[in-house]
Amino acid sequence: MAYTADGKTVEADEEGYLVNINEWSEGLAGEIAKAEQINMTPEHWEVVNFLREYYNEYQIAPAIRVLTKAITKKLGADKASNKYLYELFPYGPAKQACKIAGLPKPTGCV
Amino acid sequence: MAKVPYTVPTLDVLPTVPSIKPGAMSELKSYVAVAAHQEPLGFPGELVANWEQAAVAKMGELLGKYKSLRVYLDMCVKCGACTDKCHYFLGSGDPKNMPVARQDLMRDIYRYYFTPTGKVMGALVGAKPWTRERLDDWYNYFHQCSQCRRCSLFCPYGIDTAEISMAAREIMDSIGLGQKYCNEIIGKVHKIGNNLGLPEPALVNTLEGLEEDVLDATGHAVKFPLDVEGADVLFVTPSADFFAEPHVDGLIGYAKVFHQMGLSWTMSSYASEAGNFGMFIGNYEQMRKIAMRIREAAIQLKVKRIVFGECGHAWRVAYAFLNSLAGPFDFLDPRYPVPQHIMELTRGAILSGAIKLDSSANADKVVTVHDSCNIARATRMGPEPGSQFEYPRFVLQAACPKFVDMHPDATRERTFCCGGGGGLLTDELIDIRIKGAKPRVEALRDVVEQHGVTHMASMCAICKSQFTKVLPYYGYDMGMVQSVHQLVSNAILLGGNS
Repeated sequence: MAYTADGKTVEADEEGYLVNINEWSEGLAGEIAKAEQINMTPEHWEVVNFLREYYNEYQIAPAIRVLTKAITKKLGADKASNKYLYELFPYGPAKQACKIAGLPKPTGCV
Repeated sequence: MAKVPYTVPTLDVLPTVPSIKPGAMSELKSYVAVAAHQEPLGFPGELVANWEQAAVAKMGELLGKYKSLRVYLDMCVKCGACTDKCHYFLGSGDPKNMPVARQDLMRDIYRYYFTPTGKVMGALVGAKPWTRERLDDWYNYFHQCSQCRRCSLFCPYGIDTAEISMAAREIMDSIGLGQKYCNEIIGKVHKIGNNLGLPEPALVNTLEGLEEDVLDATGHAVKFPLDVEGADVLFVTPSADFFAEPHVDGLIGYAKVFHQMGLSWTMSSYASEAGNFGMFIGNYEQMRKIAMRIREAAIQLKVKRIVFGECGHAWRVAYAFLNSLAGPFDFLDPRYPVPQHIMELTRGAILSGAIKLDSSANADKVVTVHDSCNIARATRMGPEPGSQFEYPRFVLQAACPKFVDMHPDATRERTFCCGGGGGLLTDELIDIRIKGAKPRVEALRDVVEQHGVTHMASMCAICKSQFTKVLPYYGYDMGMVQSVHQLVSNAILLGGNS
């Protein structure tokens, strides 16, 4: 499959994860989110931006606990739960948020 | 991705045999591996041109190598005992998900190419030659088997459908028709050391974060050691324990047990995976290569013991095959089992008083347990028969004041697979994963309604991920799913042990 953003077509795999993560852009993230039926709010962007920062440093998405901790620091203690992340990304923060952030899908027993 | 379609079946009261829905699951196909997933494992990148001959040749090789395979294919008497035992059949009604029908997918081909009557009489004796349609049926239905072996428990001849499904996947890999989910993951283990693809710096960062968290929460400096040469115990756990919830809460529990026992332990960044997907694809060489990482890490870190964390098929490979795959482990301390399950270690520590649990920490819960299929039907956790059932129950009852077992037809050796085992824990198979969980959820609903059960403990990374994903489709909260050692973690008394 493929997404179109800013007049450019970007290739994705059969599940909608980008084939080339360097082709990501904020406009593209909006398109992926639309396909996932997610309305991007500032809170969604906090998660997506953190995932990208973490990925740039570690070449992998952060563990859920690492993500929860980072989001709590940014958005406040009332957002300190896996549940809150699931409210933002109903298909699961790891997989759905990674997809929107243009990162590869976490694999394994997760 | 276009949303993967699914339907959620209505729960029945156990035991209910569904009416047949032919072809209900025939279109459900897991993603096929591309060359980038296939070739690093030594498999052809795409379906080879002469796949029919190649598949027959590979089947011949396996029949020569694994006598059991030939016996299983020859000896079925079509008694029907297995027909209503598979969770995927019970959830979907698709007759090809009856274990005998799944076996017949291979049996038909076997008869045609490998038996004299099949060669002469063909379809009259159920012998069928390869067609593309049959290969597609193989691919789809052998990836709707979680290799849980519940059917084999009820087969009067002990025919093991898991072994047939493993052989089928091995044959398909050899002709270039592999499954993306399993083969991509195996590639990551070879390259990075674990199923997740978690590189060492990320692992270090994650473990440091856990040390901070536990210190904040308890005031105790519980360590999560990595690559410590000379530690006594090499601890190997599924990489999902580093990443997902409720897995990580179990990891915290293991660390607290080691801490309180005063054991010197370490994890390894090289062998940062307990799971062994080589088994799912029936490939001995892949299974051996993955297992060898554990041996190499044990030698390199000069440990005396190997302990495994909560992971079902990892424990099957460890318990049943580790010695033949990666042994001999004569360099380890012979006083300990090689390898040992964390449940045996924790149980022993409770019995000896090395750790103390205050079960009132879990007084808000009524807990049941899901026996993981691979642990239940293929292993023990200690020397006694049935220890794989008694040890987790002992630990849970020490950690929780209220424990209730589910129906005997859904527990212990009769346990149902979670619905996501054997290489099916992938998003595109969500429909069969939901349906396959139906018998378990029915048994769970029963104890929820009868006994007020609030949580279900699990001892396998796949089970934990599968249930947190599919329970909500049946109206249950994902937070119901707990790691056994998460409940230990809540209850363990830290400190005061010199």
